[in-house]
Amino acid sequence: MKLTKTEILVVAKLANLPIKESELDLYSDQLSEIISYIHQLNSVDTKGVEPTFNISPVENVWQPDHVEPSLTQDQALANAPAKKDGFFITEGVFGDE
Amino acid sequence: MKYTPVIGLEVHVELNTKTKMFCRCSADYFGKAPNSQTCPTCLGLPGSVPFINQQAIEDCLKIGLALNCQVTKDSLFERKNYFYPDLPKGYQISQYRWPLSTDGSLEIKNNQNETLKIRINRVHQEEDTGKLIHQGNKTLVDYNRSSVPLVEIVTEPDFTDSISVRNFAKSLQQIIRSLGVSNADMERGDMRLEANISVRPEGQTALPDYRIELKNINSFRFMVAAIDYEIKRQAEELEAGKTLHQETRGWDEDKKETFLQRSKENANDYRYFPEPDLPKLKIDEEFLSKIELPELPAIRTARFMSEYQINQADAELLSENEAVAKYYEQVVELGSAQDLSPKQLASHLINKQKLNITDLSAEGLIAQLFSQKNNILDDDSEIEKIVKEVIAENPVWVESYKAGKTTILQAFIGAVMRKSTQKPNVEKVKVLLLALLEKA
Amino acid sequence: MSKLTDLTLTETLEGLKTKQFSEAELNRAYQDRIDEFNPGLNAFLTITPGNTGIPVAIKEVIVTKDIQTTAASKILDGFLPPYDATVITKLLDQNICVSGKTNCDEFAMGSSGENSAYGPTKNPWDLTKVPGGSSSGSAAAVAADLCVFALGTDTGGSIRQPASLCGVVGLKPSYGRVSRYGAIAMASSLDQIGPITKSVGDARQVLEWISGPDGKDSNVVSSKFSGSKLQNNLTGLRVGVPKEYFGKGLDQGVEKVIRTALSKLEELGAKLVEIELPHTESAIAVYYVVMASEVSSNLAKFDGTRFGHDRSQFGAEAKRRIMLGTFALSTGYFDDYFIQAAKVRTLIKQDFDQAFERCDVIVGPVSPTVAWNLGEKTKDPLTMYLSDAYTIPASLAGIPGLSVPCGFSDGLPVGLQILGKYMDEETILNVGEVYENATEWRKQKPNL
Repeated sequence: MKLTKTEILVVAKLANLPIKESELDLYSDQLSEIISYIHQLNSVDTKGVEPTFNISPVENVWQPDHVEPSLTQDQALANAPAKKDGFFITEGVFGDE
Repeated sequence: MKYTPVIGLEVHVELNTKTKMFCRCSADYFGKAPNSQTCPTCLGLPGSVPFINQQAIEDCLKIGLALNCQVTKDSLFERKNYFYPDLPKGYQISQYRWPLSTDGSLEIKNNQNETLKIRINRVHQEEDTGKLIHQGNKTLVDYNRSSVPLVEIVTEPDFTDSISVRNFAKSLQQIIRSLGVSNADMERGDMRLEANISVRPEGQTALPDYRIELKNINSFRFMVAAIDYEIKRQAEELEAGKTLHQETRGWDEDKKETFLQRSKENANDYRYFPEPDLPKLKIDEEFLSKIELPELPAIRTARFMSEYQINQADAELLSENEAVAKYYEQVVELGSAQDLSPKQLASHLINKQKLNITDLSAEGLIAQLFSQKNNILDDDSEIEKIVKEVIAENPVWVESYKAGKTTILQAFIGAVMRKSTQKPNVEKVKVLLLALLEKA
Repeated sequence: MSKLTDLTLTETLEGLKTKQFSEAELNRAYQDRIDEFNPGLNAFLTITPGNTGIPVAIKEVIVTKDIQTTAASKILDGFLPPYDATVITKLLDQNICVSGKTNCDEFAMGSSGENSAYGPTKNPWDLTKVPGGSSSGSAAAVAADLCVFALGTDTGGSIRQPASLCGVVGLKPSYGRVSRYGAIAMASSLDQIGPITKSVGDARQVLEWISGPDGKDSNVVSSKFSGSKLQNNLTGLRVGVPKEYFGKGLDQGVEKVIRTALSKLEELGAKLVEIELPHTESAIAVYYVVMASEVSSNLAKFDGTRFGHDRSQFGAEAKRRIMLGTFALSTGYFDDYFIQAAKVRTLIKQDFDQAFERCDVIVGPVSPTVAWNLGEKTKDPLTMYLSDAYTIPASLAGIPGLSVPCGFSDGLPVGLQILGKYMDEETILNVGEVYENATEWRKQKPNL
């Protein structure tokens, strides 16, 4: 299976990844090779097999509704590249919700 | 050509739990300093992982059960992946393929006042996003609301008019308030409605191949107006030979029209997959048996009808609000000793008292009705008026009373009784006489 | 007495207890070695010298409060976490101090350490070779005696493989044994934190300290790990030898060393049982679908708003995996890739369940080769991926795996992989310790 440059661009947009035009060929080749390799999975007979999403055997793990301390506002904002009056700043809204 | 609307609803309800959905930060974000109630988890810091709030799961199940849903035995959280600055992790933990409950229904009245059964597709658990404030080309972000528990209720496209939608939303609001799981306040955003609307030629059974999503509408009234506007607009567009496409529209209250917010041509691919950080939920009978539902309005209505022999309309009015229902039942109990029938009391509460339960206690109401029933004059000012007249008309009696002849009081009472057309409350007459004779 | 920095954790604890040396002397000794050898090895990215506690190296993907944690990525350059990972909190309670943060492949994505945005770590046995990865700095730091022990993370082999290539002990605990809270996630359903140590006994001690529930990572199992008592022989032990781990691709020199180790186990009383793990050949494909899918979602939080820098700062391997995962989860491919991989994952787990009906542990090589030359595989991601063929299946099945030094090939260390039943670290540690005590490999040190 071959991922075209256009498909790479679609995936990159979905993943919110800035990809340079000059990188497209390389990613197209490398990802195509990996996807071709992965494709072998479809030859495994999985009829009647349940998927495994989480290997831990635990279930119903939850906590009572008791408040625990939060970070302070300063701690929350400490690593922010841009902030103002206790808010984080982001450069306008990107993409689509 | 005539067109029939096809309308489905998605309702988000913010739960009133003390803590957030996936961390134990306080969920009470209203009016708090920005970003003062966050932790690595709800802030989406590297290394953080979610932990489920048990109360929220119970609340979500309560809503599902109240809407007659089937509880999913093996339920999973999933990640809904998309980028938006109010979504700190880059995904929302939600449910998609394995929601907590599915396949419910709610009966409501349509615009012809006929009973209509609305099918509920699902009731699932998810988390809220942060809040954005736009300032010029910058956007400020506050994550206090991030990860507050949200329950999403999705109906099948069973509505064909805006009144049904309003009735459904109101009924749902009452149910949620009865359950005590949310304030379900529209203006505060505790309850958010999204309607999916399309129209199809009358008689067509296939669903239309487009739908218009109405979003960010924060009152029942605006929702009705927006739906009515859309139904008309879409029919006109189709009539004019235009093709309608998937899009999201909002409501402009000033212009009284809907407007395009986003066309769905670049629809997002949310890439849902099971949330690997969270174990599955196994909701068994034992767990469900511990969840107690209060009496819901619809159940109460039925009970009032059979227990008190009142009609459906009255029973509904008395059932929808918990406090009113409680007041009514109190009055019925007190009234039974005085031969006041539940039907009579219902009628009084609805027609005379206009369902106001704050000005008069249940006891007070019964005393008042008892007097009326026995043609007793109980009104303080009426009695006072007559007492004053009798005193004025009998100065000699007043003199003897003042001279110490207290037995003359009987003569006063007799005079008051004769003067009144109704039978006055004797106790009240006595008290007023004594008080007014002191001043005379 | 040997040098302070040669001592294992167990010996160090004993030495401190009996006041043979002070914590300050201990820290000074390690600090001197870091100063001398780290510039050549590039094992530590941040050094946080102190003079109390037991100095330990922490992989760069484990968050440490107020100590820079970058996941070896430019995107997190300068990030000072406002909290400690659970494992750090637990270690601090044991008088452990963080002496520095160790280099690794960016976001733990790699098998050679070369994907670090801060330059590769060198193998202490040969500075022209890779140390393995992704816990490259942690393994190199332990091998070069720059710390008493180190913590790494293992998603598809990232503790076991560098431990093998650097000639030290590495333990990947069962999934759910150790809290992941504070481990910057690569693939959430696979990631585990574990120790890289100078002896098997040390690994047992560290696991006892760091395991157990914390009210943060919901997947942690509540049963407590308790170090079992040491036995002197392996009488009656059934050792499963999977034929799939000795096929084509296994370097002859490595195979010879592993076969010798198997003979040693027999000599110690174990019985070798040939077993089959028929879905082994699908494991890498499953891994790359599941892991990349989770990566694409886990790395979405890096948007440069609350911390870090913009998404152009991801390295090439991170970008590749994000795109691969985004693709595997997208409409039209989800069922064929993600769901199919999750089903084959079940088959791989069942392979182990069936094998463990016939044996108590499974033993084989960790890596098909010894350490390779720096730069040798960087051009070809798929070849790099294939080098994890023996470690990935256990990760997918969630079972514990131990790498124990078992000899040399071409002068470079070879590790013996010992896999156990889910939540049965006791047995693999016991087997490893009996083997370790019966051989001299642990005592070999690189000549720096």
